[in-house]
Order: sequence, then C-alpha cells, then structure tokens
Amino acid sequence: MAEFRLPKNSRIRKGRHFAAPDGADKVRRFAVYRYDPDSGDNPRVDTYEVEIDSCGPMVLDALIKIKNEIDPTLTFRRSCREGICGSCAMNIDGGNTLACTRAIDSVRGDVKIYPLPHMPVVKDLVPDLSNFYAQYASIKPWLQSRTPPPPDQERLQSKQDQELINEPAACILCACCSTSCPSYWWNSDRYLGPAALLAAYRWLVDSRDDATGERLDELEDPFRLYRCHTIMNCTQTCPKGLNPASAIAETKKMLAERKY
Amino acid sequence: MSLRSPLGRVLGLGTAKDGTSHWWGQRVTAVALLFLGLWFAFVLAITPDFSHAAVLALIGRPINSILLLLLVASLAYHSYLGIQVVIEDYIHSPGIKVVTLLVSRFAHILLAVAAVFAILKIGLNA
Repeated sequence: MAEFRLPKNSRIRKGRHFAAPDGADKVRRFAVYRYDPDSGDNPRVDTYEVEIDSCGPMVLDALIKIKNEIDPTLTFRRSCREGICGSCAMNIDGGNTLACTRAIDSVRGDVKIYPLPHMPVVKDLVPDLSNFYAQYASIKPWLQSRTPPPPDQERLQSKQDQELINEPAACILCACCSTSCPSYWWNSDRYLGPAALLAAYRWLVDSRDDATGERLDELEDPFRLYRCHTIMNCTQTCPKGLNPASAIAETKKMLAERKY
Repeated sequence: MSLRSPLGRVLGLGTAKDGTSHWWGQRVTAVALLFLGLWFAFVLAITPDFSHAAVLALIGRPINSILLLLLVASLAYHSYLGIQVVIEDYIHSPGIKVVTLLVSRFAHILLAVAAVFAILKIGLNA
C-alpha cells in the first residue's frame, strides 16, 4: 500500500538553534532540514538566525553564509548561482525551486528549506538523483537519424522547426518538476516523470530526428507515460517557467493520432 | 539489496505498448457521460411523479430505455477504468493489487449486468 507516514527513522525531530550575534540588525530565521547518515540519528530541523544586511538577496546566498559563518557542517549542492546548472534545487517555503533564483524577500516568516520531496536523502539538502538521471538516459536523449548528414554543412532546421524545441530544450534537469508530482512520488520506479517526458518530447518534435515512431513505442506504457494524471504541479513549480504538462499532453495526442 | 544498474531498473520489463486505448476510452466515455448525464438530470427534473407505476412507465418508454442502457454502460466502463488507475497508483504489493483489480472488475460487471437486466425487463414488459 501507499505509505502515508514517514518510516520511523525518517521522522523529523526538533534540532539546534543558532541565534544571531548580539546587536544584529534585521534578522531572518531559516529552518533547514538536517540529516547525517553517519550519526544514525533521525533527521532534524535546525534554525539559523541570519543577519540580512550582510547577506546576498537569494536563499542560496543565505545558505552559503550559514555554511561559511555559522555551521560548516551544513551540506547542499550548488554551482552556477545563476539558475542554469540546476544543482541547488530544493524545497523552499513549500515549493520546489532553485535556491539561487528564489529571493529571500519573497518568503514570509521563517524560510523553511527541505530537500526535494520523496527522494532518498544522501545528506542534509542533497537528494539521491540516480533514478532520475537513469530515467533521463532511458529516453535516449540524443539525435537519432537515418538520414546521412550533408557532407559540407550541418543538418539544417527551419526557423519554425527550431521554435518547436526552444522551450523543451531549455530544461536544466534540476528535478523540481518530477519531485513535485504526486504520481511520481507513488510510482517513480515505473513512471518516467515530467522531466524525462519533457526531454522525450524535445526529441519527438525535433525535425532532424527520424526515430519519432520508436520513441513513441518506448513511451506507450500505462506507467511510463500514462501515470501522468494532469495534476500540473510540474508546470506550476518549474523554476525556468517551462511547461512539462503541455509536453506530456502533446505526447498523448501524438499516440492517439497514430492509433485513431 | 540489488546491484542492478539504475538504468536497468528503469528499463525494467520494457514497455507494455499499451495505454492509449485506456486513455482514449476514458475520454470517449467522459464525453458520452456529459451528454447522457445532462439528459438524465433533465428527465429527473421534469418528472412530476416518482411513484412506482410512474417510474416504470418512464423507464419503459423506448427512448428512455435506450438512453438509460447507454448511461449505465458508459458509467460502468468509465468507473472501471478510473478505479483501475487508482488501484495501480496506490497499491504496490503484487498480490493485493491483483486481487483488488479482480474484485473491482467483477463488481463493475455485476452491477452493470444487473442494471441492464432491470432496464430490459422493464422496457420489454412495458
């Protein structure tokens, strides 16, 4: 059966509190999920008081400040700090987004920070994305063409052809969408999830790709594709403003079109 | 504990190459139910008298019998498809899943056949 409560060793306990230094002006509180597999302890939520005037504007700036100045044991992924690498995807104020593009000002009250939902946690805010990446690999995210490339130039696309893949190709694979999807929570072992399906759609509509039929064959499955129940959390949460729900709907329409 | 690769696990038993007819069937019956449901609500709204004899006469009219049969068939099929998906979503232990799917299928067929039998009996006797 579906599990509606966390397993005993995953239930969250109250953690430590790190007060702001005396005389600190304009303080914001950050409640951060902490889990250390080596300690054997249950996860906990630590609260950090951060002086905002000496901190950058984004949630990631606050996390870096906490790690540098308050608690060096805090673990999270980050790289580009400008919304293009997808490393710092996490659950902030109840929604999945990138810590580097989410302004601290946009959150009211305590800033609650958890790892991406319903994924195995490696440590603190770092989820295990092996299954997510394998799902991406499974849709063969590369050009498959039986047409030989022209000998003296690249494969050409019209402007209209390119416009079809502009949006789906802008996905940075941060996993915000897939981990916001209840259907993915319950069936991520068999349902590919919005991110992999958006990537699949990107190749379905690529005018240079000749494997559309084979790609649709691979997707046509009650779980891989049709576990999508049009909940649309994916589109609502995407930090890049993309629309995986629409890509999935278009894929279902392509399958219906070739059958009926 | 298994050392099978994540990609191997995702590929699993391969694709069932199925699901489109299920998806399409749910939408076709939804459209049918939209019209049949409106008709049914309309008939209920304009019926002045719900005594046993009056209802028998109402169902006995050929047009009502036919539309009612279609309503029952669409409803049963639509509900069967929907509940099947709910079961597949939430029940993960293989044994309980198969049993629940069987019970759901038998219950839907039983209810549909009973309803069709009742409507035919009234309709053919009228």
